[in-house]
Amino acid sequence: MGDFVFPNELHVTWTVMIVMYPYITGLVAGAFIVSSLFHVFGLKQLEPIARFSLVSSFAFLLFAGLPLLNHLGKPERALNIMITPHFTSAMSGFGFVYLTYTIIVILEIWFHYRADSVDRYNSPKASWKAVYYILHLGCTLRNEETDRIDHKIVKTLAGIGIPVACILHGYVGFLFGSIKANPWWSTPLMFIIFIFSAIVSGISVLIFLYLFVNFLKKHKIDQNALDMMVRFLWGFMIIAVVLELMDLLSLAYEQTERWAVLKYLITGPLWYTYVIGQILICSLGSFLLLTGIVLLKLPQKLSNILVFLTSGLLLIQVILMRWNVVIGGQLVSKSYRGFTSFMPGFLEKEGILVAAIIFIVPFLMLRQFDRIFPFFPASKKNIS
Amino acid sequence: MGKKSKSITRGEFVRLALYSTAGVCVGSMIARGNLKDEPIGDLSHDLENFDWAFIVDTTRCIGCGACVRACGIENRVPDGYFRTWIERYEIDKNENIRVDSPDGGKHSFKQNQMQDKQVVKGFFVPKLCNHCRNSSCTQVCPVGATYHSPDGVVLVDRKHCMGCGYCVQACPYGCRYISYDIGTADKCTFCYHRIHRGLPTACVQACPRRARIYGNLKDPHNPVSAVLHARRYSILKPEMATNPKCYYIGLDLEVI
Repeated sequence: MGDFVFPNELHVTWTVMIVMYPYITGLVAGAFIVSSLFHVFGLKQLEPIARFSLVSSFAFLLFAGLPLLNHLGKPERALNIMITPHFTSAMSGFGFVYLTYTIIVILEIWFHYRADSVDRYNSPKASWKAVYYILHLGCTLRNEETDRIDHKIVKTLAGIGIPVACILHGYVGFLFGSIKANPWWSTPLMFIIFIFSAIVSGISVLIFLYLFVNFLKKHKIDQNALDMMVRFLWGFMIIAVVLELMDLLSLAYEQTERWAVLKYLITGPLWYTYVIGQILICSLGSFLLLTGIVLLKLPQKLSNILVFLTSGLLLIQVILMRWNVVIGGQLVSKSYRGFTSFMPGFLEKEGILVAAIIFIVPFLMLRQFDRIFPFFPASKKNIS
Repeated sequence: MGKKSKSITRGEFVRLALYSTAGVCVGSMIARGNLKDEPIGDLSHDLENFDWAFIVDTTRCIGCGACVRACGIENRVPDGYFRTWIERYEIDKNENIRVDSPDGGKHSFKQNQMQDKQVVKGFFVPKLCNHCRNSSCTQVCPVGATYHSPDGVVLVDRKHCMGCGYCVQACPYGCRYISYDIGTADKCTFCYHRIHRGLPTACVQACPRRARIYGNLKDPHNPVSAVLHARRYSILKPEMATNPKCYYIGLDLEVI
């Protein structure tokens, strides 16, 4: 393998921000699908976490577009994508998909919280009455009939939201998978892999936060809900990892021109982040841990500690996967004769610090949201 | 009271007439002299009569880098980016191949890479935007800022591009970049501002070996068709099905 890259390829165009975007939308889609498992598919065990997952999805959604805006050379023209969409482009539907999903999530949250908002408004001890009044748009009516209608609407919206959430994130995968010029990206499996990895990251972040918050607040964990989520996580992560490895296996077996360069990518620039980090440590490690947690009868406390660690490991696995796709694909020269290199800066416009801030803000927002509308039954009990 | 008209003498009249004639002659000559640098004419009145194409004759290129320098100056290409560049290929007797393009070949190529080995074949390949008929970059632009002009040139509307970089990813030839000084996509335009004034592209004008030829495929007497009818030619990455309009004479199998 030589060391030649086209002169314009010395600069990597899509950097840390484009790694962040699919990562955050993955959390959005995954968290939403968990909430829908309860609302649509009636998995009662997930009820304690359904509200939390829905609001988490919304919090991440609010900031998912920020990395993209920061990345654009002309962010002031971002709305051109909706004003003058060029429909031969896979990217042109982005604004509409994003908007549709946002509307669905906002409506679902509104109907979900409407009864809470009315109750708080009517409570004699309530402070911030005006805020609650605005939140439920002045409609203070609440009875069994309105609750039934609200629930029905939430269920319908959650039902519509599942395919839209899958589209939102599968679409990001398609943006990469449809680039025929890039040998590392160009695969029809890319959008399916993205959907499953999104679900994995969504469940992982919910488990991680659920255990973390309950540990901090010293609340009792709903073990049934946690066990159910762990089983789902186990299943989805197996599908996600197997799909990705099968894609790689078929590439290797076909021995095409693509593989001639990609084998050097995997064993060279991506050795640590892909083979060691993503596959061996994070994927295989979390598979073994989850298998142990699900199949072995471990003491509950030990099991929960392992679940916490595994969810963290899988969160790292998914961000490594995003990195390996986005950055890895651009390291391969389109001349098929070498690799370029990339090292993110810390303080630059699209650097590590900005990425960390964008990632942390949704969590801070969730914390504030929890103060207005507590997520978990235990904390709700405390307030009331 | 009637105004008394001022009369001039015959001598004064002749002198004035001579001065005027001389003035007109000198002025005309100056104006004519200036015209030499003016364009041949504005050809943009009917774009449908044009279909611009390009030929790179790799057998003639000597890798002097004049084209890269001329393009950089003419189009104010930012440092480190290239609308056109030159690649050097060296193949030794064991079929080992080395390719390089230091600074896009802008300052020519100083020495062989394979000094210690026997180079059996070496050649230069200039590259530029292929202005594909079925271009990936125009397909993927989400806002339609990159487009095909009616005369077959792929252009970027700098006032509409939002700088997402999707076209950069989609171009199989590495011809695009996001210009850091303007924040939008940029690439070779076939010197659109020149060819429609009858002037050659900057790289064509600078090439001392006539390794670059451009022309209008709809003109039956254009130099591009003449060469394509007489020589065997190829295109880059035909498997991408982009249908490029930049044709290569003497393209080696090793060139991607």
